[in-house]
This record gives sequence, C-alpha cells and structure tokens, in this order.
Amino acid sequence: MIEVKNLYKSFGEEEVLRDISFNFKPGTVNVIIGGSGSGKTVLTKCIVGLFELTKGQVLYEGVDFHPLSFEEKKEIRKQIGFLFQGGALFDSLTVEENVMFPLNIFEQGTQKERKERVDFVLNRVNLTGSEKKYPAEISGGMQKRVAIARAIAMKPKYLFCDEPNSGLDPKTAIVIDNLIGEITAEYNMTTVVITHDMNSVLEIGENIMFIYQGELEWSGTRDDILKTTNKNLSDFVYASDFMKQIRSIANK
Amino acid sequence: MKLLEHVGRFTLLMFTTFKFPESWKALRKNVITEMHSLGIKSLGIIIIISGFMGAVITIQTATNLESGLIPAYTVGFAARQSVILEFSPTIIALILVGKVGSNISSEIGTMRVTDQIDALEIMGINSANYIILPKIIAAALINPFLITLSMAVSIGGGYAAGVLSGLVSGADYEYGAKLDFKMYFYFYAMVKTVVFAFVLTAVPAYYGYFTKGGSVNVGKSSTEAVVAGSVIILLLNYVLTQLLLI
Ligand SMILES: Nc1ncnc2c1ncn2[C@@H]1O[C@H](COP(=O)(O)OP(=O)(O)O)[C@@H](O)[C@H]1O
Ligand SMILES: [Mg+2]
Repeated sequence: MIEVKNLYKSFGEEEVLRDISFNFKPGTVNVIIGGSGSGKTVLTKCIVGLFELTKGQVLYEGVDFHPLSFEEKKEIRKQIGFLFQGGALFDSLTVEENVMFPLNIFEQGTQKERKERVDFVLNRVNLTGSEKKYPAEISGGMQKRVAIARAIAMKPKYLFCDEPNSGLDPKTAIVIDNLIGEITAEYNMTTVVITHDMNSVLEIGENIMFIYQGELEWSGTRDDILKTTNKNLSDFVYASDFMKQIRSIANK
Repeated sequence: MKLLEHVGRFTLLMFTTFKFPESWKALRKNVITEMHSLGIKSLGIIIIISGFMGAVITIQTATNLESGLIPAYTVGFAARQSVILEFSPTIIALILVGKVGSNISSEIGTMRVTDQIDALEIMGINSANYIILPKIIAAALINPFLITLSMAVSIGGGYAAGVLSGLVSGADYEYGAKLDFKMYFYFYAMVKTVVFAFVLTAVPAYYGYFTKGGSVNVGKSSTEAVVAGSVIILLLNYVLTQLLLI
C-alpha cells in the first residue's frame, strides 16, 4: 500500500498540486484521471521521488519515503516498476538488453537465471522473437510492451504507468490495458495507472482518483463514476456524446 | 543563468558522478564502449588535421626565416615545440570538444528529454555515475594516446612538407626536431591532455544532463556545451601554461 498524505508541490511560484491525500491499494489497479496539465505526471513523479515534495508525505508500507537516504531509497526503488509515457527504452540497447538491464546492474542471480527471467517476461507480454531488435525498429505498441517487460523484470511490488496507451490504436490499447490488469492481479502489485482514456478507466479502473486543477476533486470506483453528481468529473468524463449514451444506458 | 549557479550545479553533479558504481562489470564494459566511440572514431579527423597542421607550421616557419642568419634546423625545432606544447594538446582538444563534446551533450540530452535518465533513477541507479563517469574515464585514458599520435603525425607532416617543398633538408629538420628536447615538455602536454579530457567530457555531459523540454533544447544544449567547453579549455590552457612553464 502506498499512502499519500497532504502532498503539496510547487515549481517556483507555481503551485501544481495542493493537499492531495490518497491511498493506493495493493492487488488493485488504482487509476489517476484528470485533464491535460492537471498534475497527474507530477503527482506520480513526486510519489516515486523523482521530484522532491514541497510539503507532505508518501508512505510505502508505512515507511516515509522522502526523508530516506539514497541507499535506503534504492531498496524501495528496486521494488518499483515505472512505465514512462514515451517508454523511455534505452535506445542503444536491444529489446532483450533493455529488459536484462536492471537484472544485470543489480546482479540478480546467475546469467542463466537472468536470461530465463527475461524470456519469461518477454513471453508474458507476447514479444518472443523480437529480442535482438532495437527500440527504433519496433512499433509503438511493441515498445510499450518492452517497457512493461522491463518494468516488471525485477518483480516489482509497485507498478506505475503514465498513460500506457497514449498514441496506440484502440485495439492495441485494450491489449495493453488487459495486460496491466492481469499482471496486477497475478503478482498482487500496487498498480497506479494514469490515463485520460475513459475506455481504460471502465475496463481496468478499480480505485479511481480524479485530479482537477491540482486538487483531489473526487475519488471512487468505476460504478461510482456512472452515478456521479460531481460537476467537474461529469464534464471530464461525459465530454463526448458517446459517453453520455453509455451513462444513460447504465443508469436505466 | 548566472555563472556561479552553473559552477555550483556542475560541482554537485561531479560529486554525484564520482561515486563507486552499482556494478563494476557494467562500468568496465561502458568504459570500453566509450573508448571506442570517443577515441577510435576520432582517429581519422585527428590524423588528417595533425598532418596538415604540421605541414603548414613548417612551411610558414621556413618562409619567414629566409634571412640566412638563422640556421635551417630552426624550422624543425620550431615545428616540434609548437606541436608538442600547443598544437596537439590544445587545438586537438578544441576540435574534440566540437566533435566528441557535442556528441556527448546531445546523447545525454536526448536521454534526459526521453525520460531515460529518470528511468535509471527509478531503478535505483545513480544516473550521473552510470552515464557520465565512463565517458570521463574513457577520455582520460585514450586521449593521451590520441594526442601523442597527433604529435607524431604533425612532426612527420612537417618533415614531409619541408622536404617536398625544398624549403628545408630532411637532415636539418630532423636535427632541429631533436634539438634540446626535454621530457618535461611531453609531461606538460600530457597534464594538459588529461585536464582537457575531463573538460571536454564533463562540461558537455553537464549541459546534456540538465537539458529541459524537448528536442529543440537538445540542440541548444549541445551548442552551449561546445562554446562553454572551448572557453574553459582556453582559460585552463592559459592557467596551466603559467603554472607549468614559468
Ligand atoms: N519540471 C517542471 N518544472 C516546472 N513545471 C512543471 C514541471 N513539470 C510539470 N510542470 C507543470 O506542472 C503542471 C502539471 O503537469 P503534468 O503533471 O505533466 O500534467 P498532466 O496531468 O498532463 O500529466 C503543468 O502546468 C506543467 O507545466
Ligand atoms: Mg502527463
């Protein structure tokens, strides 16, 4: 479990996040939704310590993360997988080397065990056969899957995904969504997914937080979304006629 | 940004860079890769530039000495001194800032704007140490060889130009080139070489590491890195000359 307590974040004068408190539950796909520029990415970067907090706390299983030393943080970071919006694959390394990378650096097990682990996770994301290709030689959807494979190579307890299906066609997007949902359940991970794709929210979202202009505006389950009376959330979710139709069908 | 801020941030970055690596094996592997890409790939340009510069220095010295009072071997002597003391260690370093430095800065800048640096940090890896340290070590190891090679090629180029143009005889040039040689000159050149190797990797690495935004800024950092690197090399060249030769 990850607990965020009264988190504030400013860049200079600009206050991006205000008084955010939320619990991310284990074995669950926790979803952060919100408009572009509302502070979703900044929030996750604060949680994993890529940004310092202006105020507040982030607790991993009760341990206050930010005051820890680099070495102490490292022990928690080894348990974090992070899927960046653009994949952030190392472009000088092949698919296989990318996934192997954290295992090699932290010298996990024997060379043979590492190779087996890499084969296992690449197989898990359906990428067997592309091991020797470079990131530039594979499609966007495949890059996302390699990034997922790399993120889960170290068997993380926490998985963060920043807009995992942005830039993907709807079919590939659903494949990625389902993959994230399945591995979360399989490994009992605390997964945090940022998205503004309502399809994904309704597909895999279990514990949802809605950020509006840097504040936690609403939280609940996907069933709650369909019945919400919150004006800003409705405006965000039901921006399209299609979603309005879904709501009217769901509420009949 | 203010100069002091740059200095402070650069110093902090270097403190983070010079730490024990997470994996010695990975460091060794990266140093070897970098020696190849920083060193071996610069061989061609260094040989061409050095050969021609040696030739030009010789011809210019020779044509300026046609008074008859100054002995012919002075040409070889002057060529050797200027090549060992200044041309090879300093001018080649300036050329390498342009070639290797801009390369380092855009490579690291791209890693920054595509979140590859954050990806390392999230894994619990000291990204500065992982990315920058191998480049500094590789340049410090390989540049002495590159510069020594440059000296040899320049002096050889001067010999060829002198003889081919008929401005100086081979024997005179050779006599001058060996005259009054002190090992200290070479030592001085190597001190400069190692210092400049640090500058021409660490300064561009700094600019790349702190790139903000997108690909436009990657290009911008790379230009800034080359300018800053060149100025710092020239300043340090002055300081080191004062310290070591007076
Ligand atoms: N490194 C940064 N420095 C300054 N401002 C930033 C930085 N990163 C993000 N911001 C600002 O924070 C706000 C929220 O950004 P972000 O979290 O990326 O939005 P999103 O919800 O689309 O992911 C934006 O106004 C952005 O300009
Ligand atoms: Mg974002």
